[in-house]
Order: sequence, then structure tokens, then C-alpha cells
Amino acid sequence: MSMISLEAVSKWYDSFKVLDACTTAIERGEVVVICGPSGSGKSTLIKCINALEPFQQGTILVDGISVGDPQTNLARLRARVGMVFQHFELFPHLSVLANLNLAQVKVLGRTRDVASERSLALLDRVGLRDQAAKFPAQLSGGQQQRVAIARALSMDPIAMLFDEPTSALDPEMIVEVLDVMSTLAQEGMTMLCVTHEMGFARRVANRVIFMDHGTIVEDVAKDAFFDDPSARTARAQTFLSKILQH
Amino acid sequence: MNDLDLDVITRALPWLAQGLQYTVQLTCVAALGGTVLGTLLALARLSPRPIVAGLAASYVNLMRSVPLLLVIFWFYFLVPLGLQWLTSAENPPRVGAERSAYVTFILFEAAYFCEIVRAGIASVGAGQQAAARALGLDQAQVLVHVILPQAFRNMLPVLLTQAIILFQDVSLVSLLNVTDFVGAAGKIAQRDGRVVEMYLFVALVYLVLCSMTSALVRRWQRTHSIGQHPETAR
Ligand SMILES: Nc1ncnc2c1ncn2[C@@H]1O[C@H](COP(=O)(O)OP(=O)(O)OP(=O)(O)O)[C@@H](O)[C@H]1O
Ligand SMILES: [Mg+2]
Repeated sequence: MSMISLEAVSKWYDSFKVLDACTTAIERGEVVVICGPSGSGKSTLIKCINALEPFQQGTILVDGISVGDPQTNLARLRARVGMVFQHFELFPHLSVLANLNLAQVKVLGRTRDVASERSLALLDRVGLRDQAAKFPAQLSGGQQQRVAIARALSMDPIAMLFDEPTSALDPEMIVEVLDVMSTLAQEGMTMLCVTHEMGFARRVANRVIFMDHGTIVEDVAKDAFFDDPSARTARAQTFLSKILQH
Repeated sequence: MNDLDLDVITRALPWLAQGLQYTVQLTCVAALGGTVLGTLLALARLSPRPIVAGLAASYVNLMRSVPLLLVIFWFYFLVPLGLQWLTSAENPPRVGAERSAYVTFILFEAAYFCEIVRAGIASVGAGQQAAARALGLDQAQVLVHVILPQAFRNMLPVLLTQAIILFQDVSLVSLLNVTDFVGAAGKIAQRDGRVVEMYLFVALVYLVLCSMTSALVRRWQRTHSIGQHPETAR
């Protein structure tokens, strides 16, 4: 069984069709990169996967649980899927440690001590254990994003979703975040990443999905996507040559 | 007119202090009660259920369109009747203007605080809500642990400013013959025929207290401008 599977998922904002019959599957331990022009529906697609956005047609299964089923406990489902946002979205009124502890205590029911121990171990992993007592505003963007990744990991997720995790960062900070993500991938985490970091995709991804106008235009193995221009659609070709120029 | 007789004030101080105490107490209770009720109203106004949102909106609009003085008179008569209805007593209990004023000001201020809280909630970015929900927090937890703490931090200056206005508005209860600060001064002024001294003194106390609070608000705003945490602020 796939970790995440989408079957003909469509979504509308009023009469505007944002997602058009999207079908794909992400296997356990697979790393899939989603790219595509602005407004193509990438963010919407991953928000649908952890039910931050409703969709009107099709089926999404996460670890066999149907996201669209009204019987599904969505809060519990979201707790099992980690999500990392473009603008970090750390809670500014809480310390770094409290950011990591909050959901562990409130959702998983861990004691504060157990949660703190887990949080500090994760902060160690992203190289920020010494920043635990600071507040988000006191950290650099790259540090904040690494804290956000650690916060998502604190829930022991079965999969991680990333929505352009490096696009709000200065170039020198992109590397430190991508390094954390690469390590995570090597450790076998199932990952779905919206990103235009094609170097990362080339090194780490198993597959690349190219979206345009709400449809999945290409969904191919990484090597085919990067090394076989003849296999690419004209739209993906144009898009790729544009972003690879930068 | 004779020279100013400042002894009048010294002699009246205990009495004035009692009035000021009532004024401050009424202000604090109304501000706290108004904030709590105002927050509930704000949440009701943001409710996805149109009936709930509509009722809250009507209440807020009503309170905000009626002059405070009128509301004070209304509740002076309505509170005893309401209590009679609640306790199904034979006669309306004697509540007294001092106590009905608490109800009046909480209910009146709630409408204003509601709008402040609503703006405060709107000032917290949608991304925060998404991030909190993505961690598996339910709607109530998102509000209590993520949205409201930030909203209150952002709106504290406006809340305090509203409290200063409230502090001044409370003096209207003196029209119901309540001995608040202004009421106490008025009674002495008439008894001793020393209107000028009394009202000058009262104005001075208001000026000092309000300026001090305003200064506090400005200081707080300087050190807590957006995105800054107290520890990083200089
Ligand atoms: N809440 C909303 N209401 C209406 N339309 C929306 C809403 N959110 C997104 N859209 C529209 O849906 C489309 C897809 O948006 P989405 O954010 O998924 O695109 P994206 O591929 O992530 O783009 P970007 O690269 O700019 O982040 C866009 O045209 C956008 O304007
Ligand atoms: Mg996006």
C-alpha cells in the first residue's frame, strides 16, 4: 500500500478549478519533488493531502485513511503528517522549545518532560540545541526553518510535506535547510516537496512531478526528468529551461 | 469669586478617595469583564454559523449606536427586572445604581472590546492557523494556544486606550447619584460651595492618571513593535 495516494482529485475555488483530476502515489520512503509555474496548484495539492483544504472530487488516502471521508478524525490525521511552510510559521510568542513541545503535549498527550527530551534531541539533530530557549524572532531565517522542520518531526510523522521551504531564504541559508532535508530523506522519511531547487531534486528525489494549470503534467523518475529532454513535454521543457537559467 | 481654598480638598480627601476607589474598581471590572465577553462576542462574530455571527453582530451594532447615557438609564431600570425574572421573585430586588453600573459597563464595553479583539485576531496571519492545525491541534487549541495570545499581544495598546476612555466614561454614573470620583467631588462642591476647587482637582487627577497610562502604552509600543520580542528589543 502506498503511503499517500491520490485518485482523480479535483478542487474548485468557487467556479475556478485549481486541481484537475490529479492522480499519483507516493510509496513508503520515497522522495517526490513537485515543481511547476506559480499558480499551478502545488500548494493546494499538498494542503489537500493533510486536509488543510477540502477537495470536491476524487480520493486521497494517507496510510490507508481516507482524507475526504467525513468520519475521519482530521486533527489526528494531520498530527501524523508533518508540514513545513515557506514562511516557517513558528509561533512567535513561544520559545523554540515551547514551539516543539506544544503539540506533543496537547495532541499526543506527552508529559512536558518527555516532550522536552524529544524536542532537545530533535533540535540537536538540526544543530540548534543551544537555541532552545530563544524566541523565533531572535533566529535567522535558516535557523527558523530548521526549527520548523524539527517541530514537524516532534510529532513522529509518517510522512513530511514541504511547501517551498527555501524560497523565502537568503542563498547562504538555503544550503543548511536542504542539508537537513537530505539527511531526513537518507534516513528513509517519506517526503513530498514543492521546491524549485533542482539541485536538491537531482541529488535527493526519486521522482519529479511537474504541474501546470492544476493538472499533473509529468510524473516521472528523476533521471528521466533531468536527463532525457525528449521524454519531456514542451511545457515542462520551457519551465525547466527558465528556472535552470537562474 | 474668592481665592482658591485648597483646604476644602484636603478635608475632602478621604471621601474623594472612596469615590476614586469606586471609579477605578468599576473601570477594572468593566475592562476585564468587557474583554472576556468581548472575546466571546468576537469569536461568535467569526463563527461559520450565520445565525450565531448575525446575533453577535446585531448586539455589537446596537450597543455601539446607542449613547452610553441611555444604556446606563436602561440598565438601571432593567437589571432589577431581569433579576426578578431570573429569580422569579415577587418584587424587583433593590440593586442600586452602584451595582447595576457593573452590569451596564461590562455589557456596553463588550461591544467595543469585541471589535478590538476581532481586529486583533485578524492581525494574526492565516499561516499561523494553518501551521497550528497542521500539527494536529483542534480548533479550540489553535485559538487558545496560538491565535489569542498573539492577538492580545498585538492589541494590548488599543485595549489600554479603550480602558482609558472607559475610565472617563465611568463618570457618567454620577448622573444616577452614584458616588464615583466625579460624584463625590460634586457632592462636596455643592455642600461647601467650592465648585471651582473641586472640579479643578478632579480634572488634575484625571489628567495625571490618564497621562501616566498613555505613557505606559507608548513605552510598551516602542519595545514591542511588530516582530520584536521583549528580549531583543532595545
Ligand atoms: N483561498 C483561495 N481562494 C481562491 N483562489 C485561490 C485560493 N488559494 C489559491 N487560489 C488560487 O488557486 C491557484 C493555485 O494556487 P496555489 O497556491 O496552489 O499555487 P502554487 O502552485 O502553489 O503557486 P506558487 O508557486 O505561487 O506558490 C492560484 O491561481 C491561486 O490564485
Ligand atoms: Mg505555493
